[in-house]
Amino acid sequence: MSMMTRSDLAGVAMTPDNIRTKKLPLGVSLLVAVVAFGLAAAIVYGAGIGNWVLVVVLGWILYLVGLFLAASRVEGSRAARNRSWQSLIYSACVLAILPLASVVWTLVSKGVERFDANFFNTSMNNIGARDANGGAYHAIIGTLEQVGIATLIAVPLGVLGAIYLVEYGRGKFANTVRFFVDVMTGVPSIVAGLFILSFWVLIVSPWFNNGQPRFSGFAAALALSVLMLPTIVRSTEEMLRLVPGPLREGAYALGVPQWKTILKIVIPTALPGIVTGVMLAVARAAGETAPVLLVAGGADAINFNPFDGNQSSLALFVYQQAGDASKYAPARAWTAALTLVALVLILTIAAKMLARRNSLTR
Amino acid sequence: MAKRIEASNVTSYYGSFKAIDSISMTVEPKTITALIGPSGCGKSTFLRSINRMHEVLPGARIEGRLTIDEQNIYDPDVDVTAVRRLIGMVFQRPNPFPTMSIYENVVAGLKLNGVKKKSVLDDAAEQSLKSANLWEEVKDRLGRPGAGLSGGQQQRLCIARTIAVEPQVVLMDEPCSALDPISTLAIEDLMFKLKDRFTIIIVTHNMQQAARVSDKTGFFSIDKTGEPGRLIEYDDTQKIFSNPSQKKTEDYITGRFG
Repeated sequence: MSMMTRSDLAGVAMTPDNIRTKKLPLGVSLLVAVVAFGLAAAIVYGAGIGNWVLVVVLGWILYLVGLFLAASRVEGSRAARNRSWQSLIYSACVLAILPLASVVWTLVSKGVERFDANFFNTSMNNIGARDANGGAYHAIIGTLEQVGIATLIAVPLGVLGAIYLVEYGRGKFANTVRFFVDVMTGVPSIVAGLFILSFWVLIVSPWFNNGQPRFSGFAAALALSVLMLPTIVRSTEEMLRLVPGPLREGAYALGVPQWKTILKIVIPTALPGIVTGVMLAVARAAGETAPVLLVAGGADAINFNPFDGNQSSLALFVYQQAGDASKYAPARAWTAALTLVALVLILTIAAKMLARRNSLTR
Repeated sequence: MAKRIEASNVTSYYGSFKAIDSISMTVEPKTITALIGPSGCGKSTFLRSINRMHEVLPGARIEGRLTIDEQNIYDPDVDVTAVRRLIGMVFQRPNPFPTMSIYENVVAGLKLNGVKKKSVLDDAAEQSLKSANLWEEVKDRLGRPGAGLSGGQQQRLCIARTIAVEPQVVLMDEPCSALDPISTLAIEDLMFKLKDRFTIIIVTHNMQQAARVSDKTGFFSIDKTGEPGRLIEYDDTQKIFSNPSQKKTEDYITGRFG
């Protein structure tokens, strides 16, 4: 290959002798923005084709185009492309966060109305359409018990299953297991609910209940654990695979047996990631409505016993209140939704702090 | 304490790929043996088969006899963890356990093998860190994470961890390749010190290092890629580096190939 000469680079402002280049001043960017939004407002309101939303969208597009043109005039096309992509990426980020912020804002602003002691102390027992009171105490109990039991079932099974897949599983059987875990990830929650309804509620529960099928919170927990299991297996599997092989070999080289290596070296190293996966599964389970409706039946009264009788849950409570004819019901639904989000958030933060406490990474 | 290692016709496979072909050599107790040769010639494979570490990889298997003081470590009734407790290993890249402190790293082998007494663990930690020339540098921060040390310190921490379980043989797989010259010197000094207690086998790409530290040197080579590695020559280090009997060895150490 011949040496590049100056003439090969003609037209490029930056040469080996000149590493400086012009920068677009901030003032110009701002000017472009003002012009773009002014123009957009003039077009939209002048033609009478929309409101401020269209102004923002159109203004933003005009701003991106204007910025590209201005930058390519001043800085050259490479820098202009860089600037445009950067702006696009920031825009995408803002767009992605907007719905989330909107959800949180709506929940908080509408949820505070009934965010009072009465809401957390009472159930919906004997609350008629004209009663302003009534609360979600029974639903909170139901969510905590059902999700708690589901977690107790799904976490050991899921984590052990993932350990099998990563550390021991070889060949056809492991591949089959992995395939079915993938398939299970896509099982709709209503199907999980139907499975537990036909298996647990209709076949097993009559054995304990004088031949009568019986709804229970435990059945809901079973359905939720079916939903949680694949999430936990897959996320734990990914996390265990991220643990470097040399760490395992380092432990083997000390004469540590495999099971102890997994327990004392591999799991602690992957723990923060495993906890994150478990919390994702918990959040998904806590938000499920259909299985609870199918196999726990829903209830208005407080029922502490998850093994016997109907139970409600927060998600189910939201669903029922949102569809209720009473004018006081929507406020209860919003507050229950806010409570559910807050509950999951608190659990997630608590779990992350617990997972971090033991590790030394500071 | 230190033990003799004898390999006879050791052939190793990864699946259907033959990695090394009938290696035979005897390593005397309390010596340092260096294994040199071009990349991919099976030095590490041979080293890893000495403490059955190659079995960690799926599909790996071995033929031939490998004995430590007359006991074949590949006999079916041999407990592989016992073999590894007897034959420790230091890896190319320092691999301290990231969730453990410096102290916990050093005593990890003992603790995970069931030693619980605090005084025993404390003693072992101090002795091993002193043997690894690391004690002075870390004695005030034993509770800090092991992964926070520099590369050379981490490697010495791994050596301390290895010798804390009192093995008889220490295998080193290019222990200095990720380290700067000063850390390398520290580890070479350490090897001389450990020679009094352990049999040491070291794989290295650095021929000066082999010449400096080892009593005996084995030269591995392959004919071409895809062929199994062979032991071309195994003799006193002095002889290998001054007057090798094989043309190929001479070519390699004088830098004519590889």
